[in-house]
Amino acid sequence: MTAIPQSGTYINFFEVKRGFMSWLVTADHKRIALLYFYAIMGFFIVAFGLGLVMRLELIAPGATILDPQTYNEVFTLHGVIMIFLFIIPGIPAIFGNFALPMLIGAPDVAFPKLNLISWYLYVLGGLLALSTLLFGDGPADTGWTFYAPYSVKTGTNVTVAVLAAFVLGFSSILTGLNFIVTMHQMRAPGMTWFKMPLFPWALYATAWIQVLATPIIGITLLMIVAERTLGLGLFDPALGGDPVLYQHLFWIYSHPAVYIMALPAMGIVSETIPVFVKKSIFGYKVIVYSSLAIAFIGYFVWGHHMFTSGMSGPARVIFSVLTFLVAIPSAIKVFNWVATLYKGAIDIKVPLLYALAFIFQFAIGGLTGLVVGALATDIHVHDTYFVVGHFHYVMFGGTGFAFFGALHFYYPKIWGRMYNLKWANIAFVIFFIGFNLVYFPMLVLGMMGMPRRYYDYLPEFTLPNLISTIGSWVLAIGLVIMLVNLINGRKGPKASTNPWQSVTLDWTHTQSPPTLYNFDETPQVERGPYDYRNYEQYLKEHNKN
Amino acid sequence: MTSTTLSHDVHPVHFDAYGKKLGMWIFLFTEVLLFGGLFLVYAAYRFLNHDAFHEGSAELNVVVGAINPVVLLTSRLTVAMSITALQRGDSKRAINLIMWTLILAGTFMFNKYYEWYTKWEHGLFPGMDHYKELPAGKAQFFNLYFFMTGLHAIHIIIGSILLMVIAFYIKKGTINQQRYTYLENGGLYWHLVDVIWIYLFPLFYLII
Repeated sequence: MTAIPQSGTYINFFEVKRGFMSWLVTADHKRIALLYFYAIMGFFIVAFGLGLVMRLELIAPGATILDPQTYNEVFTLHGVIMIFLFIIPGIPAIFGNFALPMLIGAPDVAFPKLNLISWYLYVLGGLLALSTLLFGDGPADTGWTFYAPYSVKTGTNVTVAVLAAFVLGFSSILTGLNFIVTMHQMRAPGMTWFKMPLFPWALYATAWIQVLATPIIGITLLMIVAERTLGLGLFDPALGGDPVLYQHLFWIYSHPAVYIMALPAMGIVSETIPVFVKKSIFGYKVIVYSSLAIAFIGYFVWGHHMFTSGMSGPARVIFSVLTFLVAIPSAIKVFNWVATLYKGAIDIKVPLLYALAFIFQFAIGGLTGLVVGALATDIHVHDTYFVVGHFHYVMFGGTGFAFFGALHFYYPKIWGRMYNLKWANIAFVIFFIGFNLVYFPMLVLGMMGMPRRYYDYLPEFTLPNLISTIGSWVLAIGLVIMLVNLINGRKGPKASTNPWQSVTLDWTHTQSPPTLYNFDETPQVERGPYDYRNYEQYLKEHNKN
Repeated sequence: MTSTTLSHDVHPVHFDAYGKKLGMWIFLFTEVLLFGGLFLVYAAYRFLNHDAFHEGSAELNVVVGAINPVVLLTSRLTVAMSITALQRGDSKRAINLIMWTLILAGTFMFNKYYEWYTKWEHGLFPGMDHYKELPAGKAQFFNLYFFMTGLHAIHIIIGSILLMVIAFYIKKGTINQQRYTYLENGGLYWHLVDVIWIYLFPLFYLII
């Protein structure tokens, strides 16, 4: 493996055009991916900071640094930013945008300008969300779910926060639409659907959820706006409305949205593991079908968020059964990833560590999900810290770790440089320990009966809360080390075009960083995406060096 | 810059008419689901407040309401004809037919305005005193009436602007006999807006 060739013909996508404006009007999917990256990381750090503030408040019983109202606003803003501005767009908009065209052998996405518009909508939504801090009676204090009737009655800036979520939903829909058409129309010659790598497949399933579920929350949020501004009491029981209907509408989107968050992460894990095991992924087609099954069944499980909201008995039983059904394809994937490791030549590098952490933590998140998906146990732990622990294990322990794994995986492809692998390992270990220190005590607290969304708690919950708060500092230290290492990596040694020795098109047929339209000539696909038979020979023939 | 970069400035992706239409259809799904959420709310509230919805429906003027579907159906014809005209290379007639579509859209909006204005005169408009005193259930009927027809009217406006922009580009020649996909997509959007009205009309005016 040698460094980038010095011949005059290779000009990477950073160098094609220079200057700030060339970024703001770009239609290049890789540049748009980076625009998303900087914006999303900015919002992530803000919301991460809010999380640290919440943990600090909960270090001991009683008010420590926040008053109750501020605490409500902080957890709402934390949730809104993390959900709508980090987790939902995170992997698809950054790594999907960056890698999808290259993985399928395309020069760009199907609608490059629409792609840029999606980014501007994202930024607009983000600014709207942040603007709620600046005027009126402060940011929304409803929780990210905006449950009626409180969201209609509170004096805080719910209207603007809800409009922010609406605009972000639009951005998400347009990205999904773009990806679907890209995969239908722009696969390289020879790349049949079942020769497509698994990350594109995961994005495909995700994109359909984005397109088909997001409009429901769009209209629901508009109804909240209409109720607050025009006085149309759509969810007001005194006028014949039904607040529980709001919950239904909200979760009809927001449960599938959980799979918008999880599926791309699973795609990243499926993409990472074969590379570091040098072995074809176990059960390729089964993983494809399980992605589609998750997307499909995921539409019909929303009611499990409302077991205590007064649904009828049969409805609760049906939603519970469906919830158990949706766990099956996820479990199949976990089985396949572990089976891929079996008898593989495992090369433990940072991206694989994140993938393994994903499997471990996602399994905990998934199994605790069954506890809240079962009717009887849910009544016990509903609205407790058990639920907070559960979804952070899925969202952060799962998707968040896959996000940072993807960042370490694609780093040499994006910037053509390599970060310090040793420090990346150290950061990972601290991050991993910190994460589990923060969230495992929450599962225990929930079982003990500590309710969520309070700034205060009873004295008997002190010790686990203290551990969790200390864990949040460990987590922060891990994050800082990771980010410093990645920033320093920009001045690190030049990376080869294919440092991980992957056989997918994004690594074999492009430069690092890639050129403007990725490929010098349209690649012809003959092999399956994870065909590692004689891969050394194959790479010798195809690597761009 | 070397000559290689210059050759890279030409985008290698050819014009993909099928892909653009596919994208439009997917976007139409999202619009259907946007109103689908409202249809769900309508169904639930109709079920909860059956008699009140009956009374509310009786207060709407069916004759005035029935003009609108006729107007919109005619506008679908003109927009479909304008696509055929462009496919045959007659861009002047295509623009003319789009203008007719816009005139019909204006007629629809005027009729809508007349209906809402009548409600206004009766004090039956959101925010007015009489509206606030509506009994439970009937209030929900009018909430949904104003919200759904209002959202639909916004879609008519968006569709009209879209068609205006398309007419401008036909005049400029960017949209032409060879590349008429944008007009087709604009037409698709227009059809969708009309189809939604085909459902809204019976829900509010006819079912009693």
